[in-house]
Amino acid sequence: MFFTQEGFALTWDYRQLFIDGLVCTVSLSALTVIFGFILALVLAVMRLSNWHPFSFLALDKNGHLREEGFLAALGRFNPVSFIASIYVELFRATPMLVQLFIIYYVVFADIDIPSFKLFGTIRFERFVPGVVALSLNSAAYLSEIIRSGIQSIDGGQTEAARSLGLTQTQNMRFIILPQAIKNILPAIANEFVTIIKESSICYTIGVGEIMYAVASIKGATFRIAEPLVVATAVYFCLTFPTSKIIEHFERKMSVGDKR
Amino acid sequence: MTNDKIIQVKDLKKYYKKGVIKALDGVSVDINRGDVMVVIGPSGSGKSTLLRSLNLLEEPTAGSIIFEGVDITNKKIDINKHRQKMGMVFQHFNLFPHKTILENMILAPVEVKKIPAEQAKAKAMQLLERVGLADRADAYPIQLSGGQKQRIAIVRALCMEPDVMLFDEPTSALDPEMVGEVLDVMKELANEGMTMVVVTHEMGFAREVGNRVLFMADGKLVEEGTPEDIFENPQSERLQDFLSKVL
Ligand SMILES: Nc1ncnc2c1ncn2[C@@H]1O[C@H](COP(=O)(O)OP(=O)(O)OP(=O)(O)O)[C@@H](O)[C@H]1O
Ligand SMILES: [Mg+2]
Repeated sequence: MFFTQEGFALTWDYRQLFIDGLVCTVSLSALTVIFGFILALVLAVMRLSNWHPFSFLALDKNGHLREEGFLAALGRFNPVSFIASIYVELFRATPMLVQLFIIYYVVFADIDIPSFKLFGTIRFERFVPGVVALSLNSAAYLSEIIRSGIQSIDGGQTEAARSLGLTQTQNMRFIILPQAIKNILPAIANEFVTIIKESSICYTIGVGEIMYAVASIKGATFRIAEPLVVATAVYFCLTFPTSKIIEHFERKMSVGDKR
Repeated sequence: MTNDKIIQVKDLKKYYKKGVIKALDGVSVDINRGDVMVVIGPSGSGKSTLLRSLNLLEEPTAGSIIFEGVDITNKKIDINKHRQKMGMVFQHFNLFPHKTILENMILAPVEVKKIPAEQAKAKAMQLLERVGLADRADAYPIQLSGGQKQRIAIVRALCMEPDVMLFDEPTSALDPEMVGEVLDVMKELANEGMTMVVVTHEMGFAREVGNRVLFMADGKLVEEGTPEDIFENPQSERLQDFLSKVL
């Protein structure tokens, strides 16, 4: 038998660990969503930006852009977009675990984070690198979602906005992003759910989230199946309502789509 | 009518694919204040490209556009400042679907010109009144017919109080019964002395409302004249051929 009543009873004795784990997972995911989304927005705008700082090098004496040659290529170079592309490709092409370890063991090796317990249970000096790693990673994925959302908006919208005299930034803010975000909400919801699930990886650096609770109970009781069942249920109770809540917002935002 | 030039187009070229496609191949034309200039020509002749170059939605490969004395093809100028003064109306309306009609109209005045919202609203309502759509101020674009959308697009541009209005086939995407209501608004605008550049296949409109007609083919300006010149007395073979097909 995998599951025994005794096993569940033992697990129940350690329920406080799950509650702490739940609090930790929720904080971890929520902060990741916030920071990840902000960074993703910045990355997406960077990738789609139209900044050509060297374009003055490609101007001829009448102030027109040259068509060909090295200077013309330099004139078209957009360092901001280039940096964002490198970032996205790098984070999407390497394992999350590697990124987490690099952040925790290398980047934060010499950074002093005050070690205290958040909400009385979360070890702050491990929690912060976890949030950072998760945010950096999810930002790469989210930015691709946002970018495709932005690009899916009909070019006529930008043309109309620009012809009214709106700057590129105003066009983004008032015209493109509100429409794009509405379109990509399902994909974003998906990514939020992924973040909740992926946050379990932080157990490997000793962040006291749900999987950490499972490991602790296993160590104390030598039971694994029952704590895992509980963990599964807790994760499901987190992710399922999350997607439902976002679906609700999606419906609310679709005003203007229907007659 | 004064003869001061509002837009001067000088030897404008727009190439695609490194010159394989010459959408515009050296077009020069002066547009005077108060002109209603109608641009006609076969499909692919560069009419849209010319129109869209006027407010730099299309960046010309060569040549210049002097708008109210400023060369706007010069990279060093702030194009947004000049675009505000050129209203544009598109074939597919391009209303902002997530904003109500009123919001569509006041966005640019409030955000670009920094006009107080109340003042912008009053102006917008006045314009809506004029095109008979005041009761739709709080509707969303999807709730309007094509003809209504295009009338909104026109007044949205007018909210910025432009010096010139550019129209790219404003009636081509409309059901035939809605063409009239849009042309009527344009006619009224022309009668008020608005400078207009209109790309259209509506030859009736060109004759009746236009004071100048440009005929384009293969990216070039082939013939230019009054509606009588162009329609009654076409010179070039290209134009005669074109007219025989469309009239
Ligand atoms: N982005 C582009 N890339 C390549 N070629 C283009 C592009 N835009 C326009 N062209 C070409 O430039 C030429 C002129 O196009 P334009 O849209 O100005 O024609 P038009 O006179 O407006 O035609 P229509 O009556 O069909 O609207 C066409 O041959 C077109 O295929
Ligand atoms: Mg066209």
